[in-house]
Amino acid sequence: MADIGMESAVGISAAGDGAGPGYRLLAKESPEEEGRFLEISMGPQHPSTHGVFRMDVLLDGETVVRLKPVFGYLHRNHEKIAEGTTYLGSMPYTDRLDYFNSMTNNWAYALAVEKLAGISVPERAEYIRVITAEMTRLQNHATLMGFLLQDLGAMGTPLMYAFREREKILDLFEAVSGSRMMCNYMRFGGCRVDLPSGWLEETVRLVDEFPGFLDEFEALLAENEILMARLQGVGVLSAALAVNAGVTGPMLRASGVNYDIRKVDHYGIYDRFKFRVPLGAHGDCYDRLMLRLLEMRESIKILKQALKQIPSGPVIDPKVKIRNFKPKPGEAYGRIEGPKWELGFYLMSDGSASPYRYRVRPPSLINLTVLEDLCIGQKVADVVVILGSVDIVLGEVDR
Amino acid sequence: MFGKGIIKGFIETARNFAGSYHDPARMVTLQYPEEKRALPENSRNFPFLVFDGNDPIKGLRCVSCKICEKECPPQCIYIVNERDERGKPLKHPKIFDIDISVCMSCQICVEVCPFDSIKMDQAYELSATERFKKLILHKQDLAKSNDYYHRIHPTEADAVDAILEAERKQHEAKKSAASSETPPAKQ
Repeated sequence: MADIGMESAVGISAAGDGAGPGYRLLAKESPEEEGRFLEISMGPQHPSTHGVFRMDVLLDGETVVRLKPVFGYLHRNHEKIAEGTTYLGSMPYTDRLDYFNSMTNNWAYALAVEKLAGISVPERAEYIRVITAEMTRLQNHATLMGFLLQDLGAMGTPLMYAFREREKILDLFEAVSGSRMMCNYMRFGGCRVDLPSGWLEETVRLVDEFPGFLDEFEALLAENEILMARLQGVGVLSAALAVNAGVTGPMLRASGVNYDIRKVDHYGIYDRFKFRVPLGAHGDCYDRLMLRLLEMRESIKILKQALKQIPSGPVIDPKVKIRNFKPKPGEAYGRIEGPKWELGFYLMSDGSASPYRYRVRPPSLINLTVLEDLCIGQKVADVVVILGSVDIVLGEVDR
Repeated sequence: MFGKGIIKGFIETARNFAGSYHDPARMVTLQYPEEKRALPENSRNFPFLVFDGNDPIKGLRCVSCKICEKECPPQCIYIVNERDERGKPLKHPKIFDIDISVCMSCQICVEVCPFDSIKMDQAYELSATERFKKLILHKQDLAKSNDYYHRIHPTEADAVDAILEAERKQHEAKKSAASSETPPAKQ
């Protein structure tokens, strides 16, 4: 997928100029159009691009006429490496896909392998998974909102407030898994270790305090006139386009389509919790931002229920082998509602110790496909905001 | 009124600013090199090798089975067996190197090790100016005592010690049972 983006963006010039294959600009050079359009390259070293991401933007004055996303700068060959290593061996690599949400990445991969090998997960491990996944959602959305406001020009302050809360969650992740961001915590058939003593009490305290931060953030933003002027009506994504482009997650729901894999698939034990799926009405950037605020409130509800119900017991199925893990030949697709959107792993086994085919459905990449449609006709300053509201992570786009 | 939302936001910011002088919930910054955060027990960073007794090299638990070398996802472990004068491999590593510039602290070596000989460290101030001299750790840099392991991961180390003790007892019981029941065949 990555090289398609590269090709269409730079394009190899037609043969015949005698200079061999070279590169030409996107803008057509005809005499009457000369000097009308300005092509600029935003990124890969640009403070607004959320990583090493380049946008070839063609501008008519300040209005965007065409936009081509260019990526691949962070390509790490994840899928091919996974085909050469053991099933367990690619678990730490999944941490590095979307490095904000390693817990949910681990879960999606573990879910795919569990489907493939027919492994069941103990009750307590299911609860731990839900708790850590919802905490991941909290910190991802908090970070996203902070970064989006940073893109809008609110230099630092909201981002630091968001990071302050995120730190508390990362501290808890470190206490349970050993690492703040590269958790590598889920295993096939459960979780690696049990929760340390006192962890649940600390989590309960965090969950009780978190709505205070949300109220604070909402007071900071919700009625802010500058924010509304910059976000409302910008980057409108229609429900039809969102569905056709395969957009999932908060971005799809901001366009008013009721589709949440937690409700559709009931993976894990999500059918035991009462929560609502917030929906947007306009599909603009403001809806996308506020929808995430509402989702955090729903996550708090799930966390409160899960923390009350969590049973004691084993956290991993002891029959699952760590070494020489060889599932039967077959294929499986495991998907979860990640904080960003539908994250899926497709695995094909030929009975050996490493998967025959390993494919990630990277939500960031698929949601990027609508970026041009969102940006055309907008001002160049809004492109930054729209990209921020799409919420991509380049580790996942390029893999 | 236009501007009401902005004023509300400013009040929030002012509250935070004032709170940063007295409210413990706002005073979260640590002045890093001077102040350090206490690491949680589970915290992990690059692996090390555990040795028992006093000699860091002879006391290594590692039997050079090379399972960790095989399972390591980024392939950062390199092991060579010690051999006796007739070329027979001994249960001891001659070379045990970990390239910590490649290691991603994933803990899989620890999980697959059947002898509880490799464990995760917590040291993190490891920056160096020379990659090949400083960041490839050899056997002697990696060997750390069981006491050190107990210091950094107390709960886990106690559990590991209990398992090893039980294994040793079982082994001894088997040995003594075997020697008492069946006399050695050839002498």
